[in-house]
Amino acid sequence: MIRYIIRRLLISIPILLIGSFACYVLVATAGNPLAEMRFRPGVTEADIKAAEVALGLDKPVFIRYWNWLTDFLSGDWGQSIALGQAKTAVFPAVTDALWTTGRLVIGAELLALTLGVSVGVLAAVRQYSIFDYLATSTAFLMFSMPIFCVAVIVKNYGIQFNNVLESMGLDRWLTTAGPRPGGFTGSFGEVIFKYTGTFLLPTVALMLISFAAYSRFERASMLEILHSDFVRTARAKGISQGRVIFKHAFRNALIPVSTLFSLNFGAVLSGAIITETVFGWAGMGTLLVNSVRQFDPPMLMGWLAVTATLIVLFNLIADVVYGILDPRIRLG
Amino acid sequence: MANINLASEGGVVNSAPESGSHEFDATKTRTQGQLVLRRFLRHRLAMVSLGVFVFLVLFAFVGPFVWTYDYEDVTSKSYQPMSGTHPLGTTQVGKDMLALLMRGTAYSLQIALIVAALATAIGVTFGALAGYLRGFIDTVLMRLVDLLLIIPQIAVAAIVVKGFSGSWYVVALVLAAFAWMSIARITRGETLSLAQREFIEAARACGASTPRIIFKHLVPNMIGSITVNATLAIAAAVLTEAALSFLGLGVQPPDTSLGVIVLENYGQFMNRPWLFWGPFIVLVSLSLAVNFIGDGLRDAFDPRQTKVRA
Repeated sequence: MIRYIIRRLLISIPILLIGSFACYVLVATAGNPLAEMRFRPGVTEADIKAAEVALGLDKPVFIRYWNWLTDFLSGDWGQSIALGQAKTAVFPAVTDALWTTGRLVIGAELLALTLGVSVGVLAAVRQYSIFDYLATSTAFLMFSMPIFCVAVIVKNYGIQFNNVLESMGLDRWLTTAGPRPGGFTGSFGEVIFKYTGTFLLPTVALMLISFAAYSRFERASMLEILHSDFVRTARAKGISQGRVIFKHAFRNALIPVSTLFSLNFGAVLSGAIITETVFGWAGMGTLLVNSVRQFDPPMLMGWLAVTATLIVLFNLIADVVYGILDPRIRLG
Repeated sequence: MANINLASEGGVVNSAPESGSHEFDATKTRTQGQLVLRRFLRHRLAMVSLGVFVFLVLFAFVGPFVWTYDYEDVTSKSYQPMSGTHPLGTTQVGKDMLALLMRGTAYSLQIALIVAALATAIGVTFGALAGYLRGFIDTVLMRLVDLLLIIPQIAVAAIVVKGFSGSWYVVALVLAAFAWMSIARITRGETLSLAQREFIEAARACGASTPRIIFKHLVPNMIGSITVNATLAIAAAVLTEAALSFLGLGVQPPDTSLGVIVLENYGQFMNRPWLFWGPFIVLVSLSLAVNFIGDGLRDAFDPRQTKVRA
């Protein structure tokens, strides 16, 4: 197992290197961060040249990539060079954004997994019942729904719910514009109130999207297991229905879903990007959108490197978890 | 092509009617294609979805010729409510929403179809090459797939659109460049097992070239999974394009798409809900219809899967 993990990590190093180089070339050819400078009053060609030299933009792309890579690996992720903005260091900006997104995504994913798996198991056990049809059609509908529409709908009904609360003389509960900086203060009850109010809507939006995939997947794998020979044997031995479902079928049906959970990372990330934009959270999504709009190469490279590394890690985790849960699979 | 006929012999139903009853003697022989078509035509949900899809295509490409307003017409009336002259109202600048929707649907459809066609072509070619030739080419192509899978599609598409152009075909090309990997993996897997079969060996013994074996012998045998995955790629492309455009990083004006229309109007959700629900319903029915068509195709190509649907 350890040997397998080490080998996989070694394989992913060249992939990450080539990937980061491809991204660097793409970002470098996509635009000149100094292009806007030319349109500013009082800026001469000499100023632009000086800025280019200061940023190292006059060197060939290979050398620039090499410099970026060595700096990046030694912990110096550079500074944002977007014009008209205060220069911010890339490392804290990306890690802060990742933390904000992580807080949102982890909770939503765990909820979606619990709910999706329970609904999927129930739908499989009661196949072709009203519950099954309801669950399957809801999942299908959610699956075909654009993420941003779900987020917009959830947000606006949240606002209406707030208005109802206010008209009843209560405080507005649900926050639709991102968490307040500085965390939550007040008594324990107040913190809970603010915390749930802040997290509820984006969590629901993100959860609804992932839930569809998990429940559909769990239903299919549970059905497959329920129709397999060893389950029939277990039933024939006279084991009770509940024990067959939970001790024999459920454990095996969890294996493919657990892999989906870790492989789903890319989809969850793009879901989070959109949810954050709608709800105004300053996470990875907002960071990406802003860095692209202002065209900020160092920030974009930091963003891409972090997400690519995370995706590689999650893929590895998926394979390792698969190997642990299913002893029939030999990793090697 | 010989193997296709071979497969169809196994698929012919009612080839042995009960002896004695003369009415059933004349059993029609059907080719594999006819069987698949029959099963598809009998899939009720898929046929309804096909109807919806055809309606949306007509709405997008024929509608503008019928409808009185053009998407470029700017009336002086900003934010008109729903009425006989403007069934879906007008936008802030006074454009007729129905005409805009037709235009947006047309662009979204064009993008989705191009993405699906390109992704399928690249995916099938690369997957079949990797699975058939194996060895070095297999390794290179599959590492390329791994490489593209770790780079977030949404970020690369945004950067390309920002750096080059936000016209609809650039968006389509970028999305296609990141949509072929799963099709390539599926095709490679199927090719690996098909390439071991005798008819491929026979074709090779006859001196058939690699392109001929791939496109005349391997691809026709995988047509089922290729068609299904191409359909699902259309649905995925509709949603990805809409999401990208909604972030403001996809299709740029003067081109438009359903995502752009939602982006421009979702602020009116409370006061003028029809401006949001119009494009929303078109988007959802488009992706639902294509998904259901894919489902029907899967059942038609593989009748064993009818009962268990993931």
